[in-house]
Amino acid sequence: MEIDPFIFRLSIFILSIFIGYYVVWSVTPSLHTPLMSVTNAISSVIIVGAIIAGLAGNSDSIFNTSSIFGFLAISLAAINIFGGFLVTQRMLAMYKKKKKDK
Amino acid sequence: MLSANLSAVFYLISGILFILALRGLSSPETSRQGNLFGIFGMIIAITVTFLSIGNFSNGFIVVLIFLSLGGLIGAFIAYKIPMTAMPELVAGFHSLVGLAAVFVAISAFLNPAAFNLGSPGNIKLGSLIEMSIGAAVGAITFSGSIIAFLKLQGIMSGSPITFKGQHPLNALILISIIFITYLLCSSQSANLFWILLAVSFLIGFLLIIPIGGADMPVVISMLNSYSGWAAAGIGFTLENTALIITGALVGSSGAILSYIMCKGMNRSFFNVILGGFGATEQSKGNQNKEQRPVKSGNADDAAFLMKNASSVIIVPGYGMAVAQAQHALREMVDTLKKNDIKVSYAIHPVAGRMPGHMNVLLAEANVPYDEVFELEEINNDFANADVAFVIGANDVTNPVAKTDPQSPIYGMPVLDVEKCKSVLFVKRSLSPGYAGIDNDLFYKENTLMLFADAKKMTEDITKNL
Repeated sequence: MEIDPFIFRLSIFILSIFIGYYVVWSVTPSLHTPLMSVTNAISSVIIVGAIIAGLAGNSDSIFNTSSIFGFLAISLAAINIFGGFLVTQRMLAMYKKKKKDK
Repeated sequence: MLSANLSAVFYLISGILFILALRGLSSPETSRQGNLFGIFGMIIAITVTFLSIGNFSNGFIVVLIFLSLGGLIGAFIAYKIPMTAMPELVAGFHSLVGLAAVFVAISAFLNPAAFNLGSPGNIKLGSLIEMSIGAAVGAITFSGSIIAFLKLQGIMSGSPITFKGQHPLNALILISIIFITYLLCSSQSANLFWILLAVSFLIGFLLIIPIGGADMPVVISMLNSYSGWAAAGIGFTLENTALIITGALVGSSGAILSYIMCKGMNRSFFNVILGGFGATEQSKGNQNKEQRPVKSGNADDAAFLMKNASSVIIVPGYGMAVAQAQHALREMVDTLKKNDIKVSYAIHPVAGRMPGHMNVLLAEANVPYDEVFELEEINNDFANADVAFVIGANDVTNPVAKTDPQSPIYGMPVLDVEKCKSVLFVKRSLSPGYAGIDNDLFYKENTLMLFADAKKMTEDITKNL
């Protein structure tokens, strides 16, 4: 009997939920806003699907209905990736400790 | 061209880098490094995708154009956005993830061969189910986030929109989504796929309109969670490990944040999601309106009280964000510190419009994060403090939550502001807060109300110190 590859993916999925659970509980509450913006950025890894869709057109015409949706999704995800990581970086740069020499 | 096995390994690496990105957020010192891990993970995922397709023809250039177009827009927004607008920004970003998931699902449905999922009209059953879930959740995330965005931006009224039969209607639509998915999987009909998307957009919209402005922290966290589940659904369709891992991480992250927010209000998740809170309570509050005496003062009085204090606790809330008073507040605190007065900040979990909202604003105003405390950390200190300075917060300080079992906010954890020797309450008027109930704190002996705009009042106090 062979195991369906779906089961492997499901296992990865469920284990990741557990990792997410423990990792997110250890996030300090003062960084909950950066947490949201960075999860936003990483969930835009959906761009890999968009790239596959965008490049799926045949050699005669790169634009067909399916690839156009792919291209649009690339732009949307790219807004999120750049916007999400940069705004997180901007926020995190503001978190400073008290100056000790005062 | 990269082999499928090798790309899978790289996708796994990028998934692990994303885990490390979240892990970094456990403390501000490691957080910046964490963000870099996230960026590396993303670069790996995108590069591997290009290499595994290995098609560097015209299509590649078009992809790069769309990628940089989106990247430029995103970078521009990230640099321009004021920190006070962070909740709107996050809601807006969620809607984009949702829409991107919908578009990818549409592409996969129209051209399944590109993803190795079969041929149009004959898509593998498992893939079709995964695709439908991804598309439906993505669509709900999109329209729900748009409504949340409009409410936060103030384009749409923050008050709950309710109508008769709302809950049965929503339940009916949710059941119909499952039914349509079932029909879609058995018939593979394209029309059903479009109907599924339309109905999902509709329910996303209907689910969020009854939820009021101050419940937005829960809504944003919930939509954060949804965007993760949508990504995971697409990840299953594309058999992509990076997407599955990320989807699971984001999904559980959003769910935990929603839970923390609900707990901060002592309300069940369903109570928040079913909405209408505030609308019904407001009418009740107006019925037994009684005039009680309050003490009100001016900036001079406030400055006098603080000058003679040895420790001051500041309680910021959403009003501070609205008035953009965080910088003025920091200047006031600097002056206080020069007079050797100990100052700390107390943040309630649901202060503001999103988790951690106040912390970001204070960080923006250069407040060191080790002067900012969470509710559990600081609540015992109120009894020993001389002055509590409440700026833009209301319900989260209401002692009624501890004393009156009839109150709608009974049981909600509140900051014990009333235990301070004196309380300074900056507020524009005596109007009740979001929960629509009077705050007993206004009428206490030791409370001095400062009726003014938060920013102006803070500046005036600084002048008088």
